[in-house]
Amino acid sequence: MLGYIVRRLLSAGLVVTLTSMIVFALFFLGPDNPAQPLCDINGKCTPERLALLTEQLGLNDTVYHQYWIWLQGLFVGREISFGPIYQCSAPCLGISYSTRNEVTAELLDKFPATLSLAIGGSLIYLLVGVFLGTMAARVRGTLADRGLVTMSLIVSSIPYYVLAILAWIYLSLEWQIFPDTTYHPLTDGIGAWAYGLLLPWLVLGLAQSTAYARYTRGQMVETLGEDYIRTATAKGVAKRKVIFQHALRAAIVPVITIFGLDFAFLLAGTVVTEEIFDIDGIGQWGIRALRAPVDFPVVAATVLIGAVIIVIANIIVDILYSFIDPRVRVS
Amino acid sequence: MTETQPHAASRIDWATAESILEVVNLKKYFPVKSSGVLRRTIAQVQAVDGVSFSVPRGGSLGLVGESGCGKSTTGRLITRLYEPTAGEIRFEGKDIAALSRKEMLPLRSEIQMIFQDPYSSLNPRHTVGTIVGTPLQVHKMVPEKKVLDRVRELLEVVGLNPEHYNRYPNEFSGGQRQRIGIARALALQPKLLVADEPVSALDVSIQAQVVNLLQDVQREFNIAFLFIAHDLAVVRHFCPEVAVMYLGKIVEVADRETLYSQPHHPYTQALLSAVPDVKQAAVGGRRDRIRLEGDVPSPVNPPSGCRFRTRCWKAQDICAKQEPPLLQIGPRHKVACHFAGQRGSTGNVPITLDVLGVNSHGDPVPGATRASNLEDPGYSPAFSDLETHKRRSEKLADR
Amino acid sequence: MTSERFLSTPAQSTSDRAADIAAADNFLVVDHLSVRFPTHDGLVQAVTDLSFSVKRGETLGIVGESGSGKSVSSMAVLGLHDAKSTRLEGSIRVGGQEVVGADESTLRKLRGKEVAMIFQDPLTALHPFYSVGRQIAEAYRIHHKVSKGEARKRAIEMLDRVGIPQAKNRVDDFPHQFSGGMRQRAMIAMSLVNDPKLLIADEPTTALDVTVQAQILDLLQDLQREFNSAIIMITHDLGVIAELADEVLVMYGGRAVETGATKQILTHPEMPYTWGLLSSVPEVSADEDARLIPIPGNPPSLLNPPSGCPFNPRCTHKDKVPGDLCVTTLPELLPARVGPSHRRRCHLPDPEVIYLTEVLPEIAPDLIDPTTGEPIAALQEIAAASEAEANADSRGDQR
Repeated sequence: MLGYIVRRLLSAGLVVTLTSMIVFALFFLGPDNPAQPLCDINGKCTPERLALLTEQLGLNDTVYHQYWIWLQGLFVGREISFGPIYQCSAPCLGISYSTRNEVTAELLDKFPATLSLAIGGSLIYLLVGVFLGTMAARVRGTLADRGLVTMSLIVSSIPYYVLAILAWIYLSLEWQIFPDTTYHPLTDGIGAWAYGLLLPWLVLGLAQSTAYARYTRGQMVETLGEDYIRTATAKGVAKRKVIFQHALRAAIVPVITIFGLDFAFLLAGTVVTEEIFDIDGIGQWGIRALRAPVDFPVVAATVLIGAVIIVIANIIVDILYSFIDPRVRVS
Repeated sequence: MTETQPHAASRIDWATAESILEVVNLKKYFPVKSSGVLRRTIAQVQAVDGVSFSVPRGGSLGLVGESGCGKSTTGRLITRLYEPTAGEIRFEGKDIAALSRKEMLPLRSEIQMIFQDPYSSLNPRHTVGTIVGTPLQVHKMVPEKKVLDRVRELLEVVGLNPEHYNRYPNEFSGGQRQRIGIARALALQPKLLVADEPVSALDVSIQAQVVNLLQDVQREFNIAFLFIAHDLAVVRHFCPEVAVMYLGKIVEVADRETLYSQPHHPYTQALLSAVPDVKQAAVGGRRDRIRLEGDVPSPVNPPSGCRFRTRCWKAQDICAKQEPPLLQIGPRHKVACHFAGQRGSTGNVPITLDVLGVNSHGDPVPGATRASNLEDPGYSPAFSDLETHKRRSEKLADR
Repeated sequence: MTSERFLSTPAQSTSDRAADIAAADNFLVVDHLSVRFPTHDGLVQAVTDLSFSVKRGETLGIVGESGSGKSVSSMAVLGLHDAKSTRLEGSIRVGGQEVVGADESTLRKLRGKEVAMIFQDPLTALHPFYSVGRQIAEAYRIHHKVSKGEARKRAIEMLDRVGIPQAKNRVDDFPHQFSGGMRQRAMIAMSLVNDPKLLIADEPTTALDVTVQAQILDLLQDLQREFNSAIIMITHDLGVIAELADEVLVMYGGRAVETGATKQILTHPEMPYTWGLLSSVPEVSADEDARLIPIPGNPPSLLNPPSGCPFNPRCTHKDKVPGDLCVTTLPELLPARVGPSHRRRCHLPDPEVIYLTEVLPEIAPDLIDPTTGEPIAALQEIAAASEAEANADSRGDQR
């Protein structure tokens, strides 16, 4: 098992390194001079200023050297100068062009909001989706089953942002059911935290749960046709237990794979949800950085953190797998 | 009975027949990787471990054994679906074991394979005409314009309606699909057909139709068969010569009369006694069955010496120390057992001492050497006579 | 075993009282059972008007090919068909308890406790994520109020009983860690954990090798003697039937076509489909070059079953029946002239003569005395015994 994890971590490290190289290459070898947006930020950009910034940022060095410097910053920190000299401590992801803060510090500042949103929302869609899917599979072919499938198709055919805006307009603004929808850190008290996030959680969770319901239903219908389900029934196991224990355990495995990836994408920033409910998380941060003038260090950081999260989520899913399915347990 | 023709293969004189296929000491080891960081190879699955046999032109050899004995792997090695680890596969005298993909290409048409599962071995998106016709086009067997005619001809040969060439596999029943598979194999006019469990997925009433078809095809086109199956009765019906495999090795090979009525290897005896027999049970109740205990050992770490010794009631010291060679004991009978003999025989002097150059405890005798011809495929006119051996060992016992 | 056991029509009410008496010790009584599945293409008539019964301590073999209705009828005994998509008619009484139309909680008390089931492929029939011991313990705890520890102890005991070596160490293994034979043993352990009075084995050895099959059949017989349970053995293999079953029920196209004592059915079959089954399967002891006589054509459609006799489109003896009776009228399941309890569904006026003079010489020339042309002694004995019985019965006209 340990060897397996080590092997997975090594390959994960490789993936992240490659991603960082690609990101680096894309931005720093792109058609524009990366110093250009920085130069544009404070009013007039003269050619002299651009040349100075280019020199200061080390953009005249070879790409390999730049990457090496960037990598060094990640592990031991470095000094960055454009105009003033900034101390960027390890792990250094650069200095934001717009706020002049350390990117790492900003990331750590935004991350809890996104994490809170992702955990709550994903729990809702996982639980609701799996439950509905299981129930639908149990009564498959009936009116209830068809109704659920139709409902879920309708919900998923409405664009998510429409759903979110409608929820915000009516539930929050108009009817004042959730008057205060924004992120409060946990340090403000768990009540405030949960209350502020309740509507985003529900909107995110219920919208996504339809896909999970359909997927779980499909898996369950397939599993319910397996021989071992017939065996369980034939030995007298109650129907409810057959479904929620014997069948669900087998059907849940592929659902978990999807869940792991979805969760990773949530963590990498749910732009729409954060924008609409005004949650200051990774998604908003990344979108802001993309607006001209582009805040290169922040964009690079969001892509990198996204890659890291997805890779980690994959590893966790694989480890979970081996706990659920003894056949993939590695000796 | 009088009007039925004897099966073509049984008319062959095996002593003089020319071999189309000779397999010598063929091996296939599959690596087992460690779960560590480096994934080193930590063991080998010895799926096929030194088998030798020959198939005469137009004849059929049956390969029987239980799951995991290596019979299907052997079939796949011969059609080169797997790369052999060692050994020779001589097809018409030419060793094809080490040929590259490109060098194999012209031979592909000569060695064809029929698979067990008629459901998964046909592409569901292709019509029967495409399935049977593609090999004709690839190997340029007939001019482009004649392909369809030839496909119809082939469908007729295997007993399908030739006008059904534009139908898809799912429109046919299991037996009919197996016929399509046979038509595809016949398209290239092969000289050797490797049939891997060709009827075991079919219903019993359909099995007979397909077995009869294979016999007709063999007679008509003079095709040699390597017939791989776990069903001892079907193999006996189809093949005049039968080899029994156990854990990657051939333990006994003989003409079917000898193998089925006087098996000399304990495993063959156990295997045959385990087959439920309708007629026997119908007229005289159950036969005296040899109960084999336990399971087949792992091919990763097979027992030393004789691989069957862990389940054998005859096993002695020598069985753990010396691997019994496949020794010819009759004009068309070879067996790999130190104590080979008919059921109930009680010889306790190993018959293999002279050829191996060891004493009865399995330890080497100084100065004695191992006979050199023990891995030859086929039969030789000279063989060890068990009767002589028996008389000699009785004399020894008297002294 | 009395002839009342295979009633086919309600019209034969003269024997009702005798049937009641017989039913008293019949543990399972299936009476005019029909199982049909409505589908988009129409009504699938999987089982039609099927009646049979089994006593404790007795083994009934049900033979038939895929689609004959043998598995469908046995699943109906446990009420395993989804009530919403199945139309059940007739009656199934298990130990006096009606199963057809029973509610879920009644069925649950029967399942695993009174009637247990073993399936064909133990790899797919055992839950891959739960340990073998846990699955057995679960089966025990459903019907017994015991702690987990006690149930585990019982699981070890059962694994030991079915011959799993070192049951204590293997109890926490998962199914994939067992060999095929061991998995089927574990399956048997699970089915017998509650001492069921009826065991339904659905092709329990089809996925296994012959030597393992022999072990499993032996085990089932031992256990039957020990627990005095009734066994229904569903198989397509007449050899398995010959070894294990006291009574045979041959099914074709969802109907019983022939039934009776095993020896009688295997030596004096009177239904052309049974003849076909016997002649299309090669035997390890049969004449080698005898050509197999397949049953022509394919199994019947259950959506549009043929009119008259279900076997008539494939029957080669149709011409011996006057008129087109075979195509127009479904033959009743009537008592044969010889043999106790022997019933068959066929219009042939004298099938026993046709079998001995036409079928037997073709399928088993070795059972015919070459000098006299008569069946060999063992067969004659049976024939004589059956004739004596027939004479005793001839008071009542059977046609």
